[in-house]
Amino acid sequence: MIFLQLFYTFLYIGAFTFGGGYSMVALIQDEVVRNHHWLTDAQFADLLAVSQSTPGPIGINTATYTGYLAVAGAGYPQWAAVLGSLLASLAVIAIPVALILTLCRLLQVHRNNPTFQRILIVVKLAVIGLIAAAALRLANVDTFGLPGLNRRFVVSVAIFAAVFIFSWRYKKSPILLIVASGLVGLIVYSI
Amino acid sequence: MARYCDIFWSFFKIGTFTVGGGYAMLPLMQRELVDRRRWLSPEYFADCVALSQAMPGVLAVNMATMVGYHLRGIRGAAAAIVGNILMPIVFILALAILFRTMQGNTYVERIFLGLRPAVVALIAVPVFNMARTAHVRWSNAWIPLLAALLVWLLGVSPLWVVLAAATLGWLHGVLSKHNKTTKP
Repeated sequence: MIFLQLFYTFLYIGAFTFGGGYSMVALIQDEVVRNHHWLTDAQFADLLAVSQSTPGPIGINTATYTGYLAVAGAGYPQWAAVLGSLLASLAVIAIPVALILTLCRLLQVHRNNPTFQRILIVVKLAVIGLIAAAALRLANVDTFGLPGLNRRFVVSVAIFAAVFIFSWRYKKSPILLIVASGLVGLIVYSI
Repeated sequence: MARYCDIFWSFFKIGTFTVGGGYAMLPLMQRELVDRRRWLSPEYFADCVALSQAMPGVLAVNMATMVGYHLRGIRGAAAAIVGNILMPIVFILALAILFRTMQGNTYVERIFLGLRPAVVALIAVPVFNMARTAHVRWSNAWIPLLAALLVWLLGVSPLWVVLAAATLGWLHGVLSKHNKTTKP
């Protein structure tokens, strides 16, 4: 039953990601692409492009998009796919919201607990590695094309390098870079 | 006392006008909640940010839950959450429907061929930015490196990596506390 699987999967993704946004990418990729095959690597990259250029938290964006495509891909009608996207979006926030509402006061008091702080420091370090792993996993034949002196691969590497430099060195906005890369793709591959 | 519709409206604006996820929302939240509405003091806002980061899940939704609950209890939290995620869900849903119907369109396919390597770069950049803010040094760089290798090459689930890191942090805390008490 795809609805149950979606709900359970996003419940679990929401419960085990710390640090927001990008730290979710590795776990979502693991579940959605590797385990359930709801999306291909290329579709997952497309989803990240879309979620980085539309409003809202990346965790919600990915849940909405995956929920829709997973149910539609399984052959259900449109309304069921919309239902699936809402279900996944609610599931991803359910556990953190329940935790915050029940623990709100307790948390305020224990926020500076040294053990809690130490746990967070190490988890944050590991999360950096998880994001790196998500990027490395995405850098494959699906996203870059077959390595070699062919148009697709050379263009892909050039776009990667340019976006990396403009984002890291010049702090250009992701929307601008995504729109520019899309235009480059449209022009280069149309020639 | 804050009205439900004001809570909803504030978070609706925050959710609709920030692109790029949780951290991009923080400055807008501060301006709206602290400076404009004066619902929170700057100190309380900073506390909420720290707590939201300590909780699992989506940072912006955690913030909305905490602030909404602080203002008007459970219903306030619901107003803030719905306001925050309404437009993002509508936007993505519209795009998902659009892309599915345009599947196989050569122009869309060409655009996405250009986008995919860009996305890999946009995910790689925060790794380096976070390495700076999390104070990665030679002494602790093995933690992110090991995490990346386990997940990337060995296919270990990120879940186990997070749980192992939490255990390690806890053990470190217990041991260093023990050291402190045994020292004269």
